[in-house]
Amino acid sequence: MSARLPTVGRRPYVPDLLAGGVFVLLGLAFAIGGARYDVGSALRMGPGYVPLLLGGVLAILGLVIVAQAFLGGDPHARELADRERRPVPWVPAALLVASVLFFGATVRGLGLAPSLFVTTFLAALAGHRTGVVRALVTAAGLTVLCLVVFVSLLQLRLPLLGPWLGG
Amino acid sequence: MDLSGLALGLETALQPDNILICLLGVTLGTLVGVLPGIGPTATVALLLPITFNFDPIASLIMLSGIYYGAQYGGSTTAILLNLPGESSSAVTALDGHQMARQGRAGPALAAAALGSFFAGTVATVVLALFAPPLARAALQFGPAEYCALVVLGLIASIALASGSAVKALAMVVLGLLLGTVGQDLYTGIPRFTFGVRELYGGLDFVSLAVGMFGLAEIIRNLEQRQTTSLVTREVRGLWLTREDGRSIVGPVLRGTTMGSLLGVLPGSGHVLAAFTSYSLEKRLSRTPEEFGRGAIQGVAAPESANNAAAQTSFIPLLTLGLPAHPVMALLVGAFIIQGITPGPNVIDDEPALFWGLIASMWVGNLLLVLLNLPLIGLWVRLLTVPYDVLFPAIIAFAAIGCYSLGLNQWDVFAIAAFGVLGYALIRWGCEPAPLLLGFVLGPLLEENLRRAMIISRGDPTVFVTRPISAFLLLLAVTALVVAALPAVRRKREVVFTEEG
Repeated sequence: MSARLPTVGRRPYVPDLLAGGVFVLLGLAFAIGGARYDVGSALRMGPGYVPLLLGGVLAILGLVIVAQAFLGGDPHARELADRERRPVPWVPAALLVASVLFFGATVRGLGLAPSLFVTTFLAALAGHRTGVVRALVTAAGLTVLCLVVFVSLLQLRLPLLGPWLGG
Repeated sequence: MDLSGLALGLETALQPDNILICLLGVTLGTLVGVLPGIGPTATVALLLPITFNFDPIASLIMLSGIYYGAQYGGSTTAILLNLPGESSSAVTALDGHQMARQGRAGPALAAAALGSFFAGTVATVVLALFAPPLARAALQFGPAEYCALVVLGLIASIALASGSAVKALAMVVLGLLLGTVGQDLYTGIPRFTFGVRELYGGLDFVSLAVGMFGLAEIIRNLEQRQTTSLVTREVRGLWLTREDGRSIVGPVLRGTTMGSLLGVLPGSGHVLAAFTSYSLEKRLSRTPEEFGRGAIQGVAAPESANNAAAQTSFIPLLTLGLPAHPVMALLVGAFIIQGITPGPNVIDDEPALFWGLIASMWVGNLLLVLLNLPLIGLWVRLLTVPYDVLFPAIIAFAAIGCYSLGLNQWDVFAIAAFGVLGYALIRWGCEPAPLLLGFVLGPLLEENLRRAMIISRGDPTVFVTRPISAFLLLLAVTALVVAALPAVRRKREVVFTEEG
């Protein structure tokens, strides 16, 4: 490894930049939000005191990480991390997130059984080699399994069919 | 030593109902833990909701059973498939998998199981010996001491985490901030709830854990185009030869000692224990070149250390209410949902629960040996479940489990949000474990900070003028400085990325 001094024109290290940026944003959000509540004093801390304080700390830590993105850090560790990095699985990730959101949005309205079926179907589609038919089969199997486990065995009181379906 | 406590514990743990619950817990834990790609934290988070139907004692016995069941299952996958569920069984995989490839999977599994059982038994006694006096000492703690203690715990978890210390610190602070969402303890004012009534009680920690350790992990696994083809070998001949037996006695004893000591440390004490005992055995061995090529000592030592540490990591939880690592953080949540505040009061207020839990750990370890060795063939077959079926099942379990806790759809939405956030942060080199610890300890820290400041009339020097608090903070600062030192950091990289 060559111990080169960081030069001005060097490209920032993107993962650090993004992580630091997110920390700065979230820190500021909490700090600003906290400042809108009663902050109080050190003696009688209001509800906004701790969020304001910690939000500020988080924003500063975020700035430090951003600075590290420009100034270097351990080139060896970065190289190692970069070698392990694979492309983001955008489509599977979107399907998984959609499946979870769908469950939250419809479990009450549709009822457990239909909501669960669509959820597992969407999730199964995220598999790399899973086509529509295979996903349908997987979803059917998992829905039955979950109903047996949660409703029959664990006696969870969730209606199988919701009001949207006249259940 | 307070034998009456242990007797009460055994009486509780040996009730038929509780044995059954314990058996159910360790079985479920092994079942999920054996599945590749799911570590103990994700397992406990996923199975957490199903334990809430039981009474407090049964629910905690089951949860801790799930925890060591999952750890056991994790070492099975590490040995047979070279797929460690979490970093502490990564060490086991080094020599364990080599042994499996040489057709000695049976002895490797047996050494792991027997070593773990012995370590678990010793660590249970250690727990019974040291927890009560520590809890009594902790009862003297005022808000300032508690505050300092929480800070120390959080800082230590950073010092022991792998990767960048600044990022780990940022994750802790983010966790603390997420912990402030919900009604303010003192004024009842809802904070950061955006008018959503369901958020008044705060973000649900099960959603957070399931999102960050379940969903995020699934997305990470889907980065790989093809799922690894799982080649399983027949496991024959579980028995250790006499020579094997003789050569693991030392490693098991040393691993147990190391694990019992290091398990108490916040952060990744059990990971550290596994790594340290492995390198210790390598150094002590007359044939260090065998290590990495299937040395049975290299399986027995880290597995004993690992299991002893898993047991003693209950000490800070049961005496101080401080979780030493993410699984313990989940247990804090479980305690609170059951209406019990974990901390020094548990031992006096709920003696049956306290001692029953400790005794059940021993029962659980015994059950695991009985369950794992004869039934190993069954567990091996589980390894052939394709990931394409596995991860939709995890999603379904996570969603139903989270929803069933409070019948609150926001808890389900939160899984998705935390999953995305967790995945992004993991990709950018930030480990999620410190965030979870911060989240669970956030309310505790804020409450004690505010109380300490009221008692001291707004004088912040209270934290350094009270001796215990000053001492704890000094430890925290030392840990932070040491973690930030470049030399230590490099060494830490080596410990965590390379092979002990």
